[in-house]
Amino acid sequence: MKIRQISVFLENRKGRLYEVCSLLGQAGINIRALTIAETESFGVLRMVVNKPDEAISLFRKHNITANLTDVVAVEVPDRPGGLAEVLKVLSDGNVNVEYMYAFVEKFSEKALLVFRFDDPGRAHQVLSRAGITVISEKELPNL
Amino acid sequence: MEIRYWNQRLETLPRHELRQLQLERLREVVGYALQTPFYQKRLPKAGISSPEDIRSLDDLKKIPFTVKDDLRQAFPKGLLAVDMEKVVRIHSSSGTTGIPTVIYYTADDLDRWTDLLARSIVATGAGPADVFQNMMSYGLFTGGLGMHYGAERVGMAVIPVGGGNTQRQLQIMRDFRTTVLHITPSYLLHIHQRMPEFGLTPADLNLKKAWMGAEPHSENTRLKLQELFGIDIYNSYGLSEMNGPGVAFECVYKNDLHVWEDGYIIEIIDPRTGEPVEDGQEGEVVFTNLIRHALPLLRYRTRDLAFLHPEPCPCGRTARRMSRITGRTDDMLIINGVNVFPSQIEEVLMSIPEVGTNYQIHLSRHEGLDRLTVKVEIYSKLFTGDLAALEALKNKINEKLRASITINSRIELHEPGSLPAFEGKAKRVVDEREKL
Repeated sequence: MKIRQISVFLENRKGRLYEVCSLLGQAGINIRALTIAETESFGVLRMVVNKPDEAISLFRKHNITANLTDVVAVEVPDRPGGLAEVLKVLSDGNVNVEYMYAFVEKFSEKALLVFRFDDPGRAHQVLSRAGITVISEKELPNL
Repeated sequence: MEIRYWNQRLETLPRHELRQLQLERLREVVGYALQTPFYQKRLPKAGISSPEDIRSLDDLKKIPFTVKDDLRQAFPKGLLAVDMEKVVRIHSSSGTTGIPTVIYYTADDLDRWTDLLARSIVATGAGPADVFQNMMSYGLFTGGLGMHYGAERVGMAVIPVGGGNTQRQLQIMRDFRTTVLHITPSYLLHIHQRMPEFGLTPADLNLKKAWMGAEPHSENTRLKLQELFGIDIYNSYGLSEMNGPGVAFECVYKNDLHVWEDGYIIEIIDPRTGEPVEDGQEGEVVFTNLIRHALPLLRYRTRDLAFLHPEPCPCGRTARRMSRITGRTDDMLIINGVNVFPSQIEEVLMSIPEVGTNYQIHLSRHEGLDRLTVKVEIYSKLFTGDLAALEALKNKINEKLRASITINSRIELHEPGSLPAFEGKAKRVVDEREKL
């Protein structure tokens, strides 16, 4: 069960992140989780939003370089060791994590983990077998 | 100040005698030029079918200009005026911008060129007691070999080390008590910055002088390097079309470069009209080579901008002085001594699918070294969201550029539409290096 992450190319320029985020805000698109991968001269903004299709067409309309990437979102209890347990399952299952980021949810005692795997199918299998909740895109807006 | 001459008679020849000598030598090289397919087509149309058609130096103006592209078109033998049996040396450009160019020399040509280098060397006060470390590249580039033979003729102890390998350069300077260097300004500064690594200061060395050429530099750069090393630095100018180094050189007064006018006729023209500019005005430098017979070049447009000092130099030499190079008439960039055309960069960028159509070439200077930054827009449709892929793209661009222009660049990736776009002729080069 994959969800779609939006990746946005950001050049190293003052105000650029604000411009991108305010576009989403004005369009009523909510960011569920986000991270920025950076190098000295540019960055890639990665985020999970409640309306990915709208977001991507909005970016394309504004000539912002963006792309959809399949990721896997997992819900874990927000307590010490929560993340480590998931990572142990993945490690034991021999699943490689390309990158990940996490978000704490406001109204529940849960945290949202977003993973990019080189083999998402296998990751999904391993996680489900261990009884870990994988979130579908449909469930996302209600979180 | 002590003035030493290599050939006092020629160096102090009264101007009218100098002009007479130029006329005789011009007739001689026109005779050789008429042996080449290239000038056989060109000179008779201008009313010059034999050396006798040159009656005075004013007749030089009848001869059409020769340009770099003519050399390319004439490659490899269209400008060769003698039998290959007479040729003893070939220098060639690398041809990175297309067809290469070639220069041939007879033994007599080399002898005359070497003599002008000996003259240049002595004009800076160097002599047989000096130990000379030649840090210019040997090989097809004329800078290394040219100066090498001039220095041997003067009787200096020549160390033909060539460019690169800073640790070895410093070790040789220390072991042989080197007194004179032939080097580019950027490399000299680099040497200074690396010295602490090897536990050395200029006081540990025996350096007295450096001849600095191959890349334009400001007076401030000279002054700074003189202070850092506690040495005298002299400007050197040359180009392979005019044999190589030793076309113009500074004397001990370090007040711009004496053009050896018995070897080269210099003209300063308005690059747009081709007409001579007024004395002292800046323009494009045009040379006629009076001393090379194997490959004669008449009224060759260098695309270098400079001006002539009309007033004489206190050293007593009658050869007029030209300023250091103040710019170029074309868009050639000189980056740490390497000639780069923006078109070379564009060609590479446009061969990479992930790169958009807009780009910018940015030049700056850091700790005395030029830095080339190439800003490119990424092509949106090929953006995958993968950071590693973007880093790999940067490396790929740098590798491909280096294969073409031989130097490293910093690659900056930008969003599509973010670099300044131009209508008509784009200004793609931003040069923030200090002005000359």
